[in-house]
Amino acid sequence: MKEVINLPVKNIEEEEYHINMGPQHPSTHGVLRLVVSLQGEIVKSLKPHCGYIHRGIEKMCEKDTYPQIIHLTDRMDYLSAHINNHAVCLLVEKALEVEVPERVKYIRTIIDELNRIASHQLWWCSFGMDMGGLTCFFYGLRDREKILDIFEESFGSRLLHSYYTPGGLMMDIHPNFQKGVKDFIKYFRKKIKDYDDILTGNIIMQERTKGIGVLTKEDAISYGVIGPSGRASGFSCDVRKHHPYGVYDKADFREILGNDGDTFTRYLMRMHEMRESMKIIEQLIDNIPAGDYTAKMKAVIKLPAGEYYQRVEAARGELGVYVVSDGNKTPYRMKFRSPNFSNLSALDHISRGVKIADLVAIGGSLDYVIPDIDR
Amino acid sequence: MNSFFKYFTDIFRAVKSLLTGMKVTGRYFFSPWEIVTQQYPENRNKLKMYDRFKGEVIMPHNEQNFHRCTGCGICETNCPNGSIEIIQDRIDMPDGKKKRIISKHIYHLSMCTFCGLCIKSCPSNALAWGQKFEHAVYDRSKLSKILNQPGSSIIKDIVE
Repeated sequence: MKEVINLPVKNIEEEEYHINMGPQHPSTHGVLRLVVSLQGEIVKSLKPHCGYIHRGIEKMCEKDTYPQIIHLTDRMDYLSAHINNHAVCLLVEKALEVEVPERVKYIRTIIDELNRIASHQLWWCSFGMDMGGLTCFFYGLRDREKILDIFEESFGSRLLHSYYTPGGLMMDIHPNFQKGVKDFIKYFRKKIKDYDDILTGNIIMQERTKGIGVLTKEDAISYGVIGPSGRASGFSCDVRKHHPYGVYDKADFREILGNDGDTFTRYLMRMHEMRESMKIIEQLIDNIPAGDYTAKMKAVIKLPAGEYYQRVEAARGELGVYVVSDGNKTPYRMKFRSPNFSNLSALDHISRGVKIADLVAIGGSLDYVIPDIDR
Repeated sequence: MNSFFKYFTDIFRAVKSLLTGMKVTGRYFFSPWEIVTQQYPENRNKLKMYDRFKGEVIMPHNEQNFHRCTGCGICETNCPNGSIEIIQDRIDMPDGKKKRIISKHIYHLSMCTFCGLCIKSCPSNALAWGQKFEHAVYDRSKLSKILNQPGSSIIKDIVE
């Protein structure tokens, strides 16, 4: 006689289960592993596992002299390489009380803004691709190529420039630089309308992003979500406005704040920032004063013993550099406060209760760069 | 009758929304001169890099096979990754003194991060950026290069 075994039938809809999103997943834009706890396709909670691309940059800085540190900061947030360089240069200049020439300040500010536009263009491409629109990817990269050409002509490299040095610049800008930048602004003012036509006004994209992943202002402050993502929640955190460096105090630009804090607002913030950056460049590009491209610096740079902190507004938020010096030519301890790490910490909070497909959109709108999270 | 009318308006609305969505892509489809793609391996002969392009570190030699490197080692100490190695040698000068020359200036391209500190710090402008960028090889030992050409010597007008 056959015995009938009654196996307990589990309802998979009601049970929680875990899946790994990443480390190799196209929408995480690098090697980030998210352990997602799901019920059906609703995200219950989420745990980021970092460290897949940890290279120990902070420790490596301890054996390098200050001019040598510059090339390591390129490799943290590689999409805003110039701005990372700027942070270290400003810190060394602040510690040594060196006054850099006005020309250097103007050039640095213009290049920072160009770098910000290039970074947001790449974010726009990849955000479109995350949402399933491959066309955006090609249009964004095509326009980013124009900026990279300007960079390549002036400093020889496209992604990792190492162009700033403590006290000034590696070399003077190329004679064609000003013309190239003006041509680019004229070109991109036309092309950014295409961006709006193809993605901002797209009804599918709006339906998928409006009201998804809402981050309130209080949460943004308590999680430390900064940059365009924080400003989308109405958190005024632009370092360029609050603690001006370079010649940002001479340029006229707005700090754009949103109210809703959802994915679509975070998207709009970056689109507006590209326009504001173009406005800043247009004001400065004709007024670059003549002069030296570097201040007089000693051959061996030694910071006086003490603690120093400097912050700049990178493309994804505030980047802080903290140095403890014991008077030697290498720092005793170096710490980078990277914007992506704190932005990632809010991902669990804002993605609870959304569908797993929306998690891709939320992750795209936070715009994280993994080498900057892990360093 | 009403549903019949709705059927056609739905088709019309669908076509209209499709055209709105495809407006930009359609425009590029009918204006192929805006395409910016380069056919890379085919256009290799015409490809011209910018003057300041950082391809690799080279040591320029003039026609008489003279270079400008004194072998002082400043580039070696300034390099953050140890990608430059200088093997020095000493020769006897006619006045009885010994002079330092380079025997080998070894450049490990595989370790170079193209920061440019060696070129910036060189007191006698012996190093420069090369334009070559196709560095792929089958063996990584081929990426260690000796920058001074065989039989070359230092140019006369360099004063240490």
